[in-house]
Amino acid sequence: MCCWFFLRRMGPVLLLWLAVCLSGSWAVDKGNFKTCDQSAFCKRQRAMKPGESPYRALLETMELTNTRLTLQLINDNNKVRLLLELYRLQGNITRVKINELKPLKPRYEVPDVLIREPPTEPLSLLSQDENGVVLSLGAESQRVIVSARPFRLDIVEGRDVLMSLNSRGLLSFEHLRMRKDTQADPEAENKEGTDPANPAETVKEEEEKVEDGMWEETFKSHTDSKPSGPSAISLDFSLPGVEHVYGIPEHADTLKLKTTDSGDPYRLYNLDVFQYELYNPMALYGAVPVMLAHNTQRTMGIFWLNAAETWVDISSNTAGKTVFGKMLDYVQGSSETPQTDVRWISESGIIDVFLMLGPTPRDVFSQYASLTGTQAFPPLASLGYHQCRWNYNDQEDVRSVDAGFDEHDIPYDFIWLDIEHTDGKRYFTWDPHKFASPKEMLQGLLDKKRKMVAIVDPHIKVDTNYKIHNEIRSRGFYVKNKDGGDYEGWCWPGNAGYPDFTRPDMRAWWASQFGYDQYEGAMENLYTWNDMNEPSVFNGPEVTMHKDAMHESWEHREVHNLYGLYVHRATAEGLTERSGGVERPFVLTRAFFAGSQRYGAVWTGDNAAEWDHLKISIPMCLSLGLVGISFCGADVGGFFKSPSTELLVRWYQTGAYQPFFRAHAHLDTPRREPWLFGPENTALMREAIRQRYTFLPYWYQLFYLAYHTGEPVMRPLWVEYPQDPATFALDDEYLLGRDLLVHPVTEEGARGVTAYLPGKHEVWFDIHTFQKHNGGQNLYIPVTMSSIPVFQRGGSIIPRKLRVRRSSTCMEHDPYTLYVALDNQRTAEGELYIDDGHTFNYEKKELIHRKFSFANGVLSSVDLEPNAQFTTKSWVERIIILGASKPSMVTLKTADGENQLEFDFDASMSVLTIRKPGMNVGADWTVTLQ
Amino acid sequence: MVMFGHFVLLVLFGGAMSAEVQRPRGVPLSKRQFYEEDKPFTCLDGSRTIPFDRVNDDYCDCVDGSDEPGTAACPNGNFHCTNAGFRPAFIPSSRVNDGICDCCDTTDEYNSGIDCQNTCRELGRKEKEELEKIAEIAKEGFMFKKQLIQEAKQGLEDKKSKLGDVQNSKKDLEAKVEALRTVKETAEQPEKEAKERHLKAWEEQKSVIRMEKDKARMADVFLELDDDDDSFVSVAELQSHSELDPDSDASFTEAEAQGLLGGVDKVDTVAFETVWNNIKEKYVSESTADVPPPGETAQEETRDTSSDNDSENYPDEDIPEEEDDEDMDEDDEDMDEGDYKAPPTSRTDDKKDDDEEGAMPPYEQETQTLIDAAQKARDEFNEAEKALREVEDQIRNLEKEISFDFGPSSEFAYLYSQCYELTTGEYVYRLCPFNRVSQKPKFGGSETNLGTWGKWAGPEDNIYSVMKYEHGTGCWQGPNRSTTVKLTCGKETIVTSTSEPSRCEYLMEFTSPAICQDPTSSDSGHPDHEEL
Repeated sequence: MCCWFFLRRMGPVLLLWLAVCLSGSWAVDKGNFKTCDQSAFCKRQRAMKPGESPYRALLETMELTNTRLTLQLINDNNKVRLLLELYRLQGNITRVKINELKPLKPRYEVPDVLIREPPTEPLSLLSQDENGVVLSLGAESQRVIVSARPFRLDIVEGRDVLMSLNSRGLLSFEHLRMRKDTQADPEAENKEGTDPANPAETVKEEEEKVEDGMWEETFKSHTDSKPSGPSAISLDFSLPGVEHVYGIPEHADTLKLKTTDSGDPYRLYNLDVFQYELYNPMALYGAVPVMLAHNTQRTMGIFWLNAAETWVDISSNTAGKTVFGKMLDYVQGSSETPQTDVRWISESGIIDVFLMLGPTPRDVFSQYASLTGTQAFPPLASLGYHQCRWNYNDQEDVRSVDAGFDEHDIPYDFIWLDIEHTDGKRYFTWDPHKFASPKEMLQGLLDKKRKMVAIVDPHIKVDTNYKIHNEIRSRGFYVKNKDGGDYEGWCWPGNAGYPDFTRPDMRAWWASQFGYDQYEGAMENLYTWNDMNEPSVFNGPEVTMHKDAMHESWEHREVHNLYGLYVHRATAEGLTERSGGVERPFVLTRAFFAGSQRYGAVWTGDNAAEWDHLKISIPMCLSLGLVGISFCGADVGGFFKSPSTELLVRWYQTGAYQPFFRAHAHLDTPRREPWLFGPENTALMREAIRQRYTFLPYWYQLFYLAYHTGEPVMRPLWVEYPQDPATFALDDEYLLGRDLLVHPVTEEGARGVTAYLPGKHEVWFDIHTFQKHNGGQNLYIPVTMSSIPVFQRGGSIIPRKLRVRRSSTCMEHDPYTLYVALDNQRTAEGELYIDDGHTFNYEKKELIHRKFSFANGVLSSVDLEPNAQFTTKSWVERIIILGASKPSMVTLKTADGENQLEFDFDASMSVLTIRKPGMNVGADWTVTLQ
Repeated sequence: MVMFGHFVLLVLFGGAMSAEVQRPRGVPLSKRQFYEEDKPFTCLDGSRTIPFDRVNDDYCDCVDGSDEPGTAACPNGNFHCTNAGFRPAFIPSSRVNDGICDCCDTTDEYNSGIDCQNTCRELGRKEKEELEKIAEIAKEGFMFKKQLIQEAKQGLEDKKSKLGDVQNSKKDLEAKVEALRTVKETAEQPEKEAKERHLKAWEEQKSVIRMEKDKARMADVFLELDDDDDSFVSVAELQSHSELDPDSDASFTEAEAQGLLGGVDKVDTVAFETVWNNIKEKYVSESTADVPPPGETAQEETRDTSSDNDSENYPDEDIPEEEDDEDMDEDDEDMDEGDYKAPPTSRTDDKKDDDEEGAMPPYEQETQTLIDAAQKARDEFNEAEKALREVEDQIRNLEKEISFDFGPSSEFAYLYSQCYELTTGEYVYRLCPFNRVSQKPKFGGSETNLGTWGKWAGPEDNIYSVMKYEHGTGCWQGPNRSTTVKLTCGKETIVTSTSEPSRCEYLMEFTSPAICQDPTSSDSGHPDHEEL
């Protein structure tokens, strides 16, 4: 949520801030956030241009053990030595770590993001001379070449260079140093000082840098005391043959990342940006420092494990070229290979980078998953529809909205409460007048098999009558300011403290607060939402915490981008622990980092009711999915401002086919529950939500897959069609899993959309009309207000539940309809995953995982998990075969014997509907068409 | 596979009568004839015919859902609960066997494992009590309403007759005004003439004074110019005053000076009179030559005025008039006061003239008498005119009230110019029907307008059930505040609740006997005991 409403409520205390907030009216005030030029280290680093690197590898220091290579690097300008570590990790990953050989004090290495110390594979030395060494990377023909002078790394497969590091000489490592004016040991920097390399210039250069804000930096009215001085790091990566790079969320930008030569780099620094603007590289609420590179041959990834403020520059040798120019190159046989160059700059920490070498998109997902884990497997209900608003005013309001859904026969699973539900913005409490009996309210929802989410933000009201505050203060759990006192900042409750979530003991205590014995009014159908966890500090620099605030011995500077992940984690652990580890948690977060996927869902923050914001929801969630965070959604309807009815309907239709499906609205906007816009529009929104519910079995199965493999649920087309360049920049349509292609209508007044159907030899079926279309074409689809263009891939089998009820839980035992879409070979495959929907018992194999295949006129169901134990009451009520021909007889064979089934055949659409086969969906069976 | 019995035995109670009616589950009695056992079933939309064993077999065959009245198989089906003891109802098929008890007779949950309690009798009893209570209120309320209608009728008569009276008195007043206007004009004519005479005399006197002054000045100047005291002003002496140069070309030649002197070399005092008329505009006295030209002060005044204009344009509406931040509002007020300082009064040119020639002497007694008489006539005229305006206002107000839409029988007329308050935790809400709605913080602070009377805004068949108040104080970056007032039948006239369902859109519940319906004529509101 934005800051200004708070200020209205706070009155004149922060009039200055009011002025700041007012000045931007309906757009971000860019002046509140730093450009690269205003961030001293970024400016310093970016001033460095490509050229010959001053770094040299000291080959004589090389040590090679079975699992790692180490060697020292020296900067010939200042003689500071670095230590390079190189690991070959299991699954085709190479890890490169660079730190100072002897830092003045330890530099921060990001903890808790990797799920374990990544297992290594042996490295072997292939050759060595005075110019460098060549190592073999595992069994494949991959090698890494370490060049000594200047230092660079090249990863090579066969004759192809896959990736080069420091090939542009932008490796930079600002070594920790004593402050000049207080320096005790002037020799400290030049202790290796045998080289005659122009020391005068070095000194001069350093003196200039001191003026550049190395030891102190002021932005607007905020001064960063920078007690450790300069500590930035930077490294360049060259990607020959690559023209498409993706990832590094969160930015409100296209799926395909743009070159940054003419503007600022993409910034990664978790910030609460009020009314963010689209299509620019400004930082937003979350940061995942992972970039994917793709061409028709290969997909790779770069994971830059650093939680400090980070900037990413991208340039390309083909970016400026027109199609004609590229063609000319081709005709003239221009030898220049397309290449993308990337440069990462971070304010502090070390260089710790994982080169995920693919080669397929799926390989990269599994490589990244092996490092940071996979998507938390969510409770089934959380894949339903969520109704949120800032705020549902009181229990009566909640009751009447709940009743409204039943009255209009619209399903929903969760109703949400924003900050106004608390007693004066004291989280874990309830407003004594408006929410006097929360258990009664929760019981009312439970009676309808529905759930609630209440917000818990990480800023804690400084109030000695508030138990949570007193406990945190007495335990010393607050983040400290640079002078050692508790750090305090302004947020919703006024003056607030920020618990130090980087501390395991703090997180354990926080988790315990979700216990039913601690959190008064909570019941098992109450879940949690973490907002403002960047952290948002209304009166802090860039609306966040001062970088010189202290997390025990580390400055906030080092951990900034991790804070939100830790809040999310502690909350998710709390929800798990309250049930003794039995029930799956559901927690939504706004801030995130690499690894946040393990703790729940993410949304794209405070968007606006504008068509462009609807459009951007697609690339924003696609980018998150590529870096492991599948459970993504945007506020349906748009948070700020009031959507037109057309926009609202289109947003429901789009949201119904995105992973996290929640409507949300700003306090100052008119009500917009789906039945407030006339019966016609109610019907349109009802239909979109009902479609979502019919596909819940498929969504659930996709999330199970994401949990197992790290594959994104919502994915760009190129992931499935990696050799089709026409898909590489598409971000107005996407795939859910492999089998559903969605092209939502995101244009005002649209009469039609043009969808690209990929796959030259594939076919796609319109899920509404069953019309068959060939792949490998742009298809114009006329649309009306009720149209949601969605296609099922020929060759797939999707299980659905067509009996849409009040909530997903009400549909638990309902029968399935199998949609079998045949490909050109008249075959199809699909899966079904079932468990209890809410516990961790799937870990104990209490689940059903079936594989359906159709070939040679036989549809069969086989068990993918023969050792699993679970029974379901659900049966198969209908099988719809798309692209079928008319059989003379349909026979079902189960363990109980054989019987013939009735069927209908629609010759105009070639749709065969098999009536009521009736077998249990967990059983082995075949259905034979003759 | 799940199979269900196709039929249920429905045992119905209706007073002394007891009957058993067999029909498929979920079918209302009224549609029983379409579901005949052992005959093929035709979907109620006629779309197809199926064997009867496919009715309620938990598979949807009919597009209209009519083959599955008792299961959840059809997405658009309806299930009928008899709800003996209460009111029968249709529920969507999707609520059959979903584990939630919807029908009070428990019939919707026959295969979900949940144990529902039959609550129909209890509900029936409660509803009966509730309806009786409502009926009681409606009855009493309607009695009040009849009274209100009577009073409104009487009030309307009173107002109409008052209007007649006032209209008559308006005529009298108009005549009086006209008469007094004549008196006034008659008195003003001699007054005007006398005043003009007085003024003319004064003008003449002033010109004599001015001429004398000019002569004196001429003599002074002659002496001043006559540097050699020879009682002549010579060409050379005149040349010493360069400001007199006729073409202002910075060289005051002898010829030019001679020209000024009428072509002679020198003039005596008598001849100087002619010269004086030519030079007096330009002549600068030797003793005052250093005094700077007047006219610098006026500019500052202009600047002040313009800054005042700025402050008037200050957009007050942009400042959030949020209830919570009284402090800020107060700050604004302080700021405004500071800006609205009165412009400094400036000395006028008239005053300077007065200084030069002295003040006009008072009127002579005769003139003053005429003035006094005219003033008296004016005062009387103005008074009569004011009285006429007041009467006209009164007429307008009465006409407005008489023509106001107070409902079909003017039953809402009694609310006119009344106000009703409701105090909540934080605020006092005030509804003044047909006027405005406002909200005032309980513990001090300024009042916020939640809307002024807009219109009756109920649904077409009951337009007087909702009042709409619009165009209240603007919300920051939002709409103007507005209030919807829902009226329900009650014995008393009170505001029962207020809420703000959407930001700046208020909802008020208001009871009044005026909305009560005649309980004897009402046909709705009774439970539909279709099957009892």
